[in-house]
Amino acid sequence: MTSVTTPPAVERPRVARARRYGVSSRFVPVLATLVLFCVMYGIGIANYNGFSDTQILLNIFIDNAHLLTVAVGMTFVILSGGIDLSVGAVLALGTVLAASLLQAGWPAVPVIVVVLASGALIGLAQGAIIHFFEIQPFIATLAGLFTARGLAQLISTKAIPITNDFWTTDATERIHFAGFRLSPSAVLALVIALIAGLALAYTRFGRNVYAIGGNRQSAALMGLPVARTRVLVYTLSGLCAALGGVLYSFETPTGNSLTGQGMELDAIAAVVIGGTLLTGGSGFLAGTVLGVLVLGLIQTMITFQGTLSSWWTRIFIAGLLFLFIVLQRVATRRER
Amino acid sequence: MKQLPKHRLFWPAVALVLLLVSNVFFSSSFFSIRLQDGHLYGSLIDILRGSTPLVLVALGMTMVIATAGIDLSVGSVIAIVGAFACLQVSDLSDQNSVGGVLIAVALAVVLGLVLGLWNGVLVAVVGIQPIIATLILLVGGRGVAQLITDGQIINVRSDPYRTIGAGYALTIPVAVIIAAAVVALAVVFTRRTALGLLIESVGSSPTASRLAGIQARRLTVIVYVFSGFCAGVAGLIYSSNISSADGNNAGNLIELDAILAVVIGGTALTGGRFSIAGSVLGAVLIQTLNITIYTAGVPGRVTLLFKAVVVVALCLAQSPAFRAKVFRQKAAVTA
Repeated sequence: MTSVTTPPAVERPRVARARRYGVSSRFVPVLATLVLFCVMYGIGIANYNGFSDTQILLNIFIDNAHLLTVAVGMTFVILSGGIDLSVGAVLALGTVLAASLLQAGWPAVPVIVVVLASGALIGLAQGAIIHFFEIQPFIATLAGLFTARGLAQLISTKAIPITNDFWTTDATERIHFAGFRLSPSAVLALVIALIAGLALAYTRFGRNVYAIGGNRQSAALMGLPVARTRVLVYTLSGLCAALGGVLYSFETPTGNSLTGQGMELDAIAAVVIGGTLLTGGSGFLAGTVLGVLVLGLIQTMITFQGTLSSWWTRIFIAGLLFLFIVLQRVATRRER
Repeated sequence: MKQLPKHRLFWPAVALVLLLVSNVFFSSSFFSIRLQDGHLYGSLIDILRGSTPLVLVALGMTMVIATAGIDLSVGSVIAIVGAFACLQVSDLSDQNSVGGVLIAVALAVVLGLVLGLWNGVLVAVVGIQPIIATLILLVGGRGVAQLITDGQIINVRSDPYRTIGAGYALTIPVAVIIAAAVVALAVVFTRRTALGLLIESVGSSPTASRLAGIQARRLTVIVYVFSGFCAGVAGLIYSSNISSADGNNAGNLIELDAILAVVIGGTALTGGRFSIAGSVLGAVLIQTLNITIYTAGVPGRVTLLFKAVVVVALCLAQSPAFRAKVFRQKAAVTA
């Protein structure tokens, strides 16, 4: 048995600086992300023509509806002190499952139900293995990654096109309001993020997630339902990943077992950029939404730049990610 | 004898033996090793040689994980160092000159150290969470590797360079000798000096070790530099073995296999204790699994499922909670 480690005291010393500005220390990381996002957005406006159009921001949500959904589930997992590496593979499985069922002539609604159920089931299995057999989340969800992608490949190694009307209309449909446009997927993702945020902040389940992430032993001693909460958190993440798969198959009407590679890292990055601690117990869902916006803004700036080769794009993404994380770290730096 | 199943390397060793034995059913000459032209040949030798990059990467990862960190960038480091070394060798006026290749290799190893230092500084000095700090190099590193090779695959025709990954010395593959030497070095430094103990102490509690007068920050930098070194050497072996640098695919997803090897070997991701022997065993086990899948003729699309089953079975077998819940219930019924 390895010794149980308490996370290093990152939170405590932050209080001093935060108090000076009259802000609760809990909000400092999210506020830092918000300020940095605004700075980055300002740089974009200053450098590129047409960047100031508000539709640019909405397009980020349209393009990243699936990532936002996946990251919402990941937020719950990370807040509870775990990690879920399987989300990208579950998303891929979702697209392949949907495409193959539609190809077999199933109507849209049962297909969506089956896809969501499969994701939730994989999440449930992972949660159960992690909690009851005390397997490390990293490894259990890595096995989940292999399983989900393996199942996706078993169904089809080729990309399956989707011709279902429900799918194709959703891909092109736009909801108009006050001169702006959003896709139904983006609206759905934002609504889910809102519900999840409210659930985290105001429900007993949400408080249990924070408590378990803060200190699982104390939570158990306080009589909180640790087992139920932990298993539920992974089930939720699997469900969100499968829903992400449905949304992704709306955007690109195909089912492909190779999609979503590395998406787990994008989701983790979005959560962490949003100020949530990987050790669990501290963070907000609003931060995750901001994190997705930051990743999307980096992509948008690269698109506006327009002249980068594929490898310069990668280096540029890494550079901006680096700048952002270091600045965020400086902004929330503890005083010595 | 009763203590034996409780040893933390018991189940991985059993799994390894089972996998090796199962290969006999698919290829009857699996265990035969023969000496030909002064070189050892055979499937077992192939497994050992093929597992050297993973063994090295897992070794570096073990130290990082012992400090409660994680290094996601190893695959990118493999790609960068391989690309750099191949570029240097291909630029030589005589690709077969031993001196030129040695200089190229030395520069490439230094590059690996620098990349490790970058990770270490981000984690220990800037204070970024390890998974995010190394994610930056994971994302950008492949871009850098492609930048070095200009998006192409560089092929080299250099016998001295090829020796690193594909050559033989004293009848044994050179790659195996290199990996064994690095592992031996790591064992001596961590188990014959206090270094290992200090690393475990930092992994258990960085604050407590700092208060106890341990230079936690410096140690953290050192483990990432070591991980960069190991990944760099792995990159040399990998690119030398195929005599080319592939910035896009070299070392792709090896970080997951390496982490898996470390965990199979009994090192917890929460840090604080590590087992080098376990990680080496875990890495060889994963390579054997890959070879077994291949020799058993498992179709490519089922490979991942097969791997998932083995990983789950192995982790459950190792989990005290699983054994207690499943086997004690049986005992309770019979009692």
